[in-house]
Amino acid sequence: MTKLTATRRQFFGLAAGGAAATALAAPGDARAQTATKARIVIIGAGAGGTALANRLVARLDGAEITLIDPRVDHLYQPGLSLVAAGLKPADYVVSKTTDWLPDGVTLIAEAAAEIDPEAKTVTTSGGQNVAYDFLVVAPGLVLDHDAIEGFSLDMVGQNGIGALYAGPEYAAKTWQAAQAFSETGGMGLFTRPETEMKCAGAPLKHTFLIEDITRSAGMRSKAEFHYAAPQGALFGVPIVAEKVRMLFAERGIGTSMQHRLTGIDAGARRATFAGPDGTTEMDYDYIHIIPPQRAPEVIRQSGLSWADKWTDQGWVECDKTSLRHLRYDTIWALGDVAGVPKGKTAASVKWQVPVVEDGLIAAIEGREPTETYNGYTSCPMITRVGRAMLIEFDYNNDLTPSFPGLIAPLEELWISWLMKEVALKATYNAMLRGRA
Amino acid sequence: MEEMTFGTIVAVFEEIFGRGLFWIMVALAAIVTLGYVYVLIRDHSISWRKFLLAQLSMPIGAIAAVWFVLGMTSSSLGDLGGPVDVVVFLGIAAAGAVGIAILVYTIQSLVRPKQ
Ligand SMILES: Cc1cc2nc3c(=O)[nH]c(=O)nc-3n(C[C@H](O)[C@H](O)[C@H](O)COP(=O)(O)OP(=O)(O)OC[C@H]3O[C@@H](n4cnc5c(N)ncnc54)[C@H](O)[C@@H]3O)c2cc1C
Repeated sequence: MTKLTATRRQFFGLAAGGAAATALAAPGDARAQTATKARIVIIGAGAGGTALANRLVARLDGAEITLIDPRVDHLYQPGLSLVAAGLKPADYVVSKTTDWLPDGVTLIAEAAAEIDPEAKTVTTSGGQNVAYDFLVVAPGLVLDHDAIEGFSLDMVGQNGIGALYAGPEYAAKTWQAAQAFSETGGMGLFTRPETEMKCAGAPLKHTFLIEDITRSAGMRSKAEFHYAAPQGALFGVPIVAEKVRMLFAERGIGTSMQHRLTGIDAGARRATFAGPDGTTEMDYDYIHIIPPQRAPEVIRQSGLSWADKWTDQGWVECDKTSLRHLRYDTIWALGDVAGVPKGKTAASVKWQVPVVEDGLIAAIEGREPTETYNGYTSCPMITRVGRAMLIEFDYNNDLTPSFPGLIAPLEELWISWLMKEVALKATYNAMLRGRA
Repeated sequence: MEEMTFGTIVAVFEEIFGRGLFWIMVALAAIVTLGYVYVLIRDHSISWRKFLLAQLSMPIGAIAAVWFVLGMTSSSLGDLGGPVDVVVFLGIAAAGAVGIAILVYTIQSLVRPKQ
């Protein structure tokens, strides 16, 4: 046997060499910066606006980048489903907007109140007039709780009412109501709105989670579960809808399709629906409410919305592959506000950001953009505590698994749950920093 | 995921543990590995007596790793749903076992050099 021989010095030399090699492999954007004096304004410093700002700062030299957003807190919204199932505390989703913003950008902590796409100015709620050369609108969407008659947010958490979309404290209150239901049983009613919505899987996740938790609490035989939705199918992607239909049957969850929640009587614990045969009423012991969702007022008032599509919702009229506005070529839509057929998720934002970044920089450099968005959306569909399906798809309703052959999209897996639990927030945060 | 580059993976791990903790852990793992290589080179051979104790510690490392991951992710053994889950599960156990074996061997060799 040959013996390994090395002097101490040789050994430490080797170690130092290894360290140097590691340092050289450190990540970084190798592309040269583009010099420009362009004034870029981004409305909304949520998932999309923040990620874009971080990437633009790295790519542009001399640009004047301004973000407009009144919200002090940044919300990691995918975590709300976990908060509303008692799996995470409310502060799991909360950080500060300024925590994520790079040096060299200006944040105006006010709302955008008016956009004039002809004069290329944005007026803020405090009356500031901000001129731009390029504008990115990323203000997310608004939840129209008033559209549900008899319901208001102060009811959440009592009398069996949940509404986890409304924010971290409401998600925590939703868990109070849902937990009480899981311990006493009765009729659980789970709803979703007729409009487009962010994370179309979330109403299903909540249903699955509360059903699982009720089962674990030993109360499943005393509880009924019912899912009521205005759509004709349980999910927008047919193959996924079929899978969910089978899972619902397996888990004993009933459905009323083509039923839109119009109001509740909180005292009587009765919900009213508009259905194919007119108005129907259903009694409940627990109800989960997700209200209709629309583009923020400022978008609809500024003439940026589609005139002939989603007229009650007002999403931004833009090309579905470039996200550039169809009438104003200095404006891009990013994130939930974009009027595209799919993609109101943070996962879509991750794919949209490089497209808007490229479109903007191409416009500055006077070349044609090369990046396109194919409608990629991902939804880690939690089916019980400990298991999920990692569902990813595009505009064509094609499944687009990230790990084909390894992680089956339509199988309930522990690894998919691990991804949601461990990797999703980390990936989201890395995206905010412009690094994923 | 769009681009699974080395930089993305590092960024994601930095977010999971926090930047400081992640790099401290990487440094610790590197130090232990270097220590292991160092004692191998210094002693010119593997000490089978030390290796025995290292081997005996392996199940502890495996169980600790699995227990840690299950605890951190609110899941249980019953959640394993498909072949890939079993592979990941065994991978976690194996990593724990090998990690602790190297650690135990290195500590023994550094504390009680060649007898
Ligand atoms: C319950 C729930 C579960 C979800 N689960 C997932 C999931 O599992 N996976 C996933 O990928 N996605 C999920 N999402 C969706 C994801 O959180 C959103 O799609 C994503 O945050 C959209 O990013 P955005 O930048 O468009 O909007 P947001 O992140 O909402 O940011 C919009 C920002 O604009 C600001 N703003 C609003 N109006 C104005 C104005 N007039 N002027 C200036 N600023 C304004 C707001 O203050 C906010 O900071 C979930 C969402 C919810 C609610």
